[in-house]
Amino acid sequence: MNLASLAPLAVVLPILGAALTFMLIRHSRAQRAVSIALLSLTLLLECLLLASVWDGGTFAVTLGGWLPPWGIVLVVDQFSSLMLVVSSAVSLAVLVYATGQGMADGDQDAPVSIFHPTYLILVAGVSNAFLSGDLFNLYVGFEILLTASYVLMTLGGTGPRIRAGVTYVVVSVVSSVLFLISIAMVYGATGTITMADLAIKLGELDQGTRTLLHVMLLVAFGIKAAVFPLSFWLPDSYPTAPAPVTAVFAGLLTKVGVYAMVRTETLLFPGDSLNTPLMVAALLTMVVGILGALAQSDIKRLLSFTLVSHIGYMVFGLAMSSVAGLGAAVFYVVHHITIQTSLFLVTGLIERRGGSSSVDRLGGLAKLSPLLALLFFVPAMNLAGIPPFSGFLGKVGLMQAGVELGTPLAYVLVIGGVLTSLLTLLAVARVWNRAFWRRPSDAEHPDPVLLATPAARVTGPGAKPNTVTLLPRTMVGSTIGLVVLGVGLTVFAGPLFMVSDQAAHDMLDRSSYIQAVLGEDTDVPLVLTAGGGK
Amino acid sequence: MSVNLTLLIVMGALYACGIYLVLERSLTRVLLGLMLLANSTNLLILATGGYSGLAPLYSKDTAAGDYNDPLPQALILTSIVISFAVTSFMLGIIYRTWVLARRDEIQDDVEDLRVAETPSFDAEDDSEVPAETSEFPLTMLGTDGHSVSNHSVSNDGGTGHGGPGESTSNDGAAGTTLLAGGREMAAEQAASEEKPGSTNVAPGPEGGGK
Repeated sequence: MNLASLAPLAVVLPILGAALTFMLIRHSRAQRAVSIALLSLTLLLECLLLASVWDGGTFAVTLGGWLPPWGIVLVVDQFSSLMLVVSSAVSLAVLVYATGQGMADGDQDAPVSIFHPTYLILVAGVSNAFLSGDLFNLYVGFEILLTASYVLMTLGGTGPRIRAGVTYVVVSVVSSVLFLISIAMVYGATGTITMADLAIKLGELDQGTRTLLHVMLLVAFGIKAAVFPLSFWLPDSYPTAPAPVTAVFAGLLTKVGVYAMVRTETLLFPGDSLNTPLMVAALLTMVVGILGALAQSDIKRLLSFTLVSHIGYMVFGLAMSSVAGLGAAVFYVVHHITIQTSLFLVTGLIERRGGSSSVDRLGGLAKLSPLLALLFFVPAMNLAGIPPFSGFLGKVGLMQAGVELGTPLAYVLVIGGVLTSLLTLLAVARVWNRAFWRRPSDAEHPDPVLLATPAARVTGPGAKPNTVTLLPRTMVGSTIGLVVLGVGLTVFAGPLFMVSDQAAHDMLDRSSYIQAVLGEDTDVPLVLTAGGGK
Repeated sequence: MSVNLTLLIVMGALYACGIYLVLERSLTRVLLGLMLLANSTNLLILATGGYSGLAPLYSKDTAAGDYNDPLPQALILTSIVISFAVTSFMLGIIYRTWVLARRDEIQDDVEDLRVAETPSFDAEDDSEVPAETSEFPLTMLGTDGHSVSNHSVSNDGGTGHGGPGESTSNDGAAGTTLLAGGREMAAEQAASEEKPGSTNVAPGPEGGGK
């Protein structure tokens, strides 16, 4: 009996919470208590999982008494447990933020009370995708989180949300169909869908079939991860959703796609057969994404474009298939989940405080709310990769790995990465200059909220409660929590890099994963590298 | 492994129709297309299970070609349930679109159109404003060759806010005229240049007239 055999609870607890909150749909206070308590419990469990995997190595849990090549397994290795901990921490912060928003707005009506069950199901789907050791179970995890995300995306059913929701649902369904087609082909070619078993059997196929299956899976995951030619849907659909929903989508959903790509590249199709196309896609994702961000005036849309652009860094790290590159990519995923989510949460606060999220209508927020300015400034600089922060460390890790690899394309990507970093700085500095530095009256179309409040404050202490409703304590508190977590990633970057390098080493080695699932005495085939690799 | 040719042809036809319908602009047709895609994928999964009409695996010694693999059918069941849920959700969305817009069509993104129509001329960055924009009252030579001094900045310089740049000049220069967008205009008008429908912007070589 190992602590890691409690891994299924990471999926079961949120689903149980969803059922409970659905029963408590008329009691919003109890709903909030149940969902926050269960999510905290899940986070605690996942921290324990991470600790036990760190000591005891990769662990597989077989479900339903069917042994691995036939039954479904959940696999806890360092990468998946690290992703579980980060994703649950972020989703807990967003949940607290969302309850704060709900309480401040006083909306107790029906559409919002559906939020808690749906949100918990989303978390369960994300956990399931991270834990799954079976390709079809991964598909089910994706579907769970996608279906929950359809509901969250169109929460309230207003015109713009429905419009954005249609694009999102259709694109997601098409990508799911592609994924399902690839599963069918994989099963037809090998007769198994357990990932550890596939890792062995896919290597025995001939090169053409292998490449076809590889490309199919990468395209399906690429749509979900928003890699360049397949990223068109993201900036269109994310910004219209409610602030906490956008925050959790931006932080988690694309990263589940990246996670699946990492597994495809390292476990199923090791070697460097598709590394060159992946590198080109990474470069285009970075540059095109950030150029799109520069054209936007709405902060949420701008952040959605930077989200797309920074996916490119992770794909770059993945495409190098060296321990240094993959380790830096793992570190970057952890960093980016935290930072991107906190930036979207801060944008939600800006929208409350300034009445709008368009930089044309904002101004002078640095003076109106210095705390808000600080909360924006720290993650924004972190995202742009300014030296002390974790964004800088992650990027340096990627650049080092790129230079180590030494191919001309890797150098082009290193240059592209630096350029993207500078352009990100330009994009967030524009937001900073317009929304925070200038006077409210200098904005092109200042929002009435901006101009009204200073006057109200002058009238005396009676205006104080007004400011409190604009920025409720729970919302600010959870945002501060996430920003501090982001800074914490900088402070503890050393240990975190150690964990991610170890995870990368284990993923590239594959033997611990395969032997944990199929038994100690399984022969792990050697990785065939076409170009000799590092 | 032998495959049922009829099912394969039906699958191909369903994929073709599904892709055609998904590319339509009408939401109901898109939904029908997605349903066809899901069903043809189910047929594809079914094809991986072996020839139809065979019994499932009943003994350890059965040869691989002599039994029907039950796993694909289990996968199909799951995928049918999932596509049922998604279809009903899509129907809800389509109904809501109809209630809101009275149109069964995918609508354009307003913000996308706005960004696409934005002229490359940015009044804040591109216009020649010879006014002193620093916080400190200095006399400098404007681009039109006249010396321009910003007198009024010293009046509110003591408040100390506002960074270097944009904020101090605009209200400081009230009542003066400056060169913006290629012609002289009152400072207040220049400040309101970016408002939609503004006629102040002279169409420059890179566009900007709308």
